[in-house]
Amino acid sequence: MTRAHDGRRLTVVAANRAAHVLGLRPGMPLAHAQAMVPGLEVAVADPEGDADALADVAAWCLRYSPLTAPDPPDGIWLDVTGCAHLHGGEEAMLKDLLGRLGRSGVTASAAVADTPGAAWAVARHARDPVTVVPPGGQADAIALLPVAALRLPGETVAGLRRLGLDLIGQLVSTPRGPLARRFGAEALRRLDQALGSAPEPITPVVPPEAVQHTLAFREPLLTAEALRLAIGGLAEAVCAGLERAGLGARRLDLLFERVDDATKVLRAGTARPTRDPRHLARLLGERLEEVDPGFGVAAMRLVVALAEPLAPAQAAVPLAGGAGAEVDLAPLVDRLAARFGAARVFHVLPVESDVPERSARRAPPLADPGHAVWPSGLPRPVRLLAPPQPVEVLSVLPDQPPAAFSWRRVRHRVRRADGPERIAGEWWRRDGERRAVRDYWAVEDEAGQRFWLFRRGDGADPATGDLTWFLHGIF
Amino acid sequence: MAGSGRMALLEDLRERVARIERRPLPPGRLAVVPFGVPGIDAALPGGGIARGALHEAAGSGPDTEHGATAALLAASVLARAAGPVLWVSTHFDLFAPALAEVGLGPERVLHVEAGREVLAAVEEGLRHPGLAGVVGEVPGRLGLTASRRLQLAAEATGAIAFALRRSPRHDDPGLAEPSAAVTRWRVASLPSAPPLPWSPDTPGLGRARWRLELLRARGGEPCSWIVECPDAQGRLALAADLADRPAAQGPRAGRRRAAG
Repeated sequence: MTRAHDGRRLTVVAANRAAHVLGLRPGMPLAHAQAMVPGLEVAVADPEGDADALADVAAWCLRYSPLTAPDPPDGIWLDVTGCAHLHGGEEAMLKDLLGRLGRSGVTASAAVADTPGAAWAVARHARDPVTVVPPGGQADAIALLPVAALRLPGETVAGLRRLGLDLIGQLVSTPRGPLARRFGAEALRRLDQALGSAPEPITPVVPPEAVQHTLAFREPLLTAEALRLAIGGLAEAVCAGLERAGLGARRLDLLFERVDDATKVLRAGTARPTRDPRHLARLLGERLEEVDPGFGVAAMRLVVALAEPLAPAQAAVPLAGGAGAEVDLAPLVDRLAARFGAARVFHVLPVESDVPERSARRAPPLADPGHAVWPSGLPRPVRLLAPPQPVEVLSVLPDQPPAAFSWRRVRHRVRRADGPERIAGEWWRRDGERRAVRDYWAVEDEAGQRFWLFRRGDGADPATGDLTWFLHGIF
Repeated sequence: MAGSGRMALLEDLRERVARIERRPLPPGRLAVVPFGVPGIDAALPGGGIARGALHEAAGSGPDTEHGATAALLAASVLARAAGPVLWVSTHFDLFAPALAEVGLGPERVLHVEAGREVLAAVEEGLRHPGLAGVVGEVPGRLGLTASRRLQLAAEATGAIAFALRRSPRHDDPGLAEPSAAVTRWRVASLPSAPPLPWSPDTPGLGRARWRLELLRARGGEPCSWIVECPDAQGRLALAADLADRPAAQGPRAGRRRAAG
């Protein structure tokens, strides 16, 4: 528990969970609290220290979104527009955020909504620590919350409650004129901000010691060409800063400050630290169409949100390398990832598994290939069907390949076959695979087309499989 | 003698036009990746798969949909060209060990799942210097304009561009539409020879056998061969029991058709 002097007497400023359970509340006189709980542990409040710590946590939250801001005394804003999918959706992101805060000893609750006001209200007053208000659902979400959730001064809240207006929903259905006369414009402004009919910009924090550059324009910029030119200039300036610091950019945030005080953000990542201004400008410029310039962009700021050490490199000498020269794929990977999504640009690397569909994994580009190798000399199809497709077979004997099979209503007579290659289930992965066996055959039909078939089970023990046949690949 | 002089003049002019049309490749790089099979290389202008050019390949019959053999053909050519390879697919259904089997190791291939924007991704890759080649699995049509763009992009960096044409229709007429590609290949599976020629009844599978058809070649003539599928180094071979025959299916020497 912490205490502070409010001018007349010592009061409780904050109380931890244990104190809450004992009935101690912020705002009560300290003498009263000490009378209720003898031996109470009280520390002196340190509002400036609190504010610093809050700013630190806000800066830490930059991992989730490029727009974060502390909201004293106890809140943090995150503008997660367009960021949530990077963390598996809004709910998953909030859970991850709270989980990490919890492990460092911070108890918090979080909410996502269309408006900062609604998120503020729901985060502080909802039952669950994590709440996601669906788009457009803020009016319903806050209707049953107390009016205190509107960030109103204490006397306004008390006045509203004297009138019997306890819930925000009641406030919404009350005529606005009398409300404004009695409580001033502030009450209505907060209500409008929560409902989304009045704007509320967030002043973002900038990561400490980030390399950045800001361009402010005399005339607001509107056209894509002008914005592109500005990006080029910013990239030059930032790369010069990176070079001085011996760093390369891994993640960049480009903030567009519009004339209507809204801030739009483009975030781009790179596969490898880089400080090539042309590459960075192209990476950001390609995504310019995602940004709505509104009535014009008054200023732009390019912030290197994540940087890694990058040693000075000798400029590449054109035409120097022959076939053996190392090719730098990073710029290509970045451009493809910016366009198609990072998950859709990948290497396929071997995994030590005999089960075909598990033997190859998608690895991030430029990853270390590791040591696993695929067995060579075994027939492996070019196309793998996922999932394997059931086929009807004419099989003569258990240890023989099928004489014919039908796939997609076309009958293929098997002319030659190679097999069986027995692949056992990986019992350490799933219980169902404890005894499962697949017998693979590479078969060639009369036209010469080759297929990769397998049968579930070894043909003798029913526990190993039900003897159904599947087509798993095409050569 | 007069005839041979005219031929020499024509050769010289052709070479000059080729020099004007194509930008020079970085030194140390051959202009082509040869198949290493004299019969096939002789039918191709330059003696192999030209670098800095667009090539088309498609399967045949039921394999038109999956293009498995065409993919192996492209992989086997790129396996013998040094450098990384970008492989662009609409949705990823390749089984990478098969590429490794023809010599194109997993660490050399960067995959992109580009959905409907395969051509854009291929072009992006072709504009990146240093790649051995780019393979694009093109579903459906490949227009003249689009293929011209890819051809120009390939010329700029000297990478080999392969358009793997896939279509759910068997032998789709759309695959026969004109394009700016330098060569157009069709691969069809043929019944393979017994694995042990001296004992035809031994079960098992030998090397797969293809009918490799060169349907179109700029500056060359259509041809077809019966070949055995690429080995671990990506080399084709003429089918063993057919290799000794006279070149009934090979290019007819001495007759050339105008480029076009």
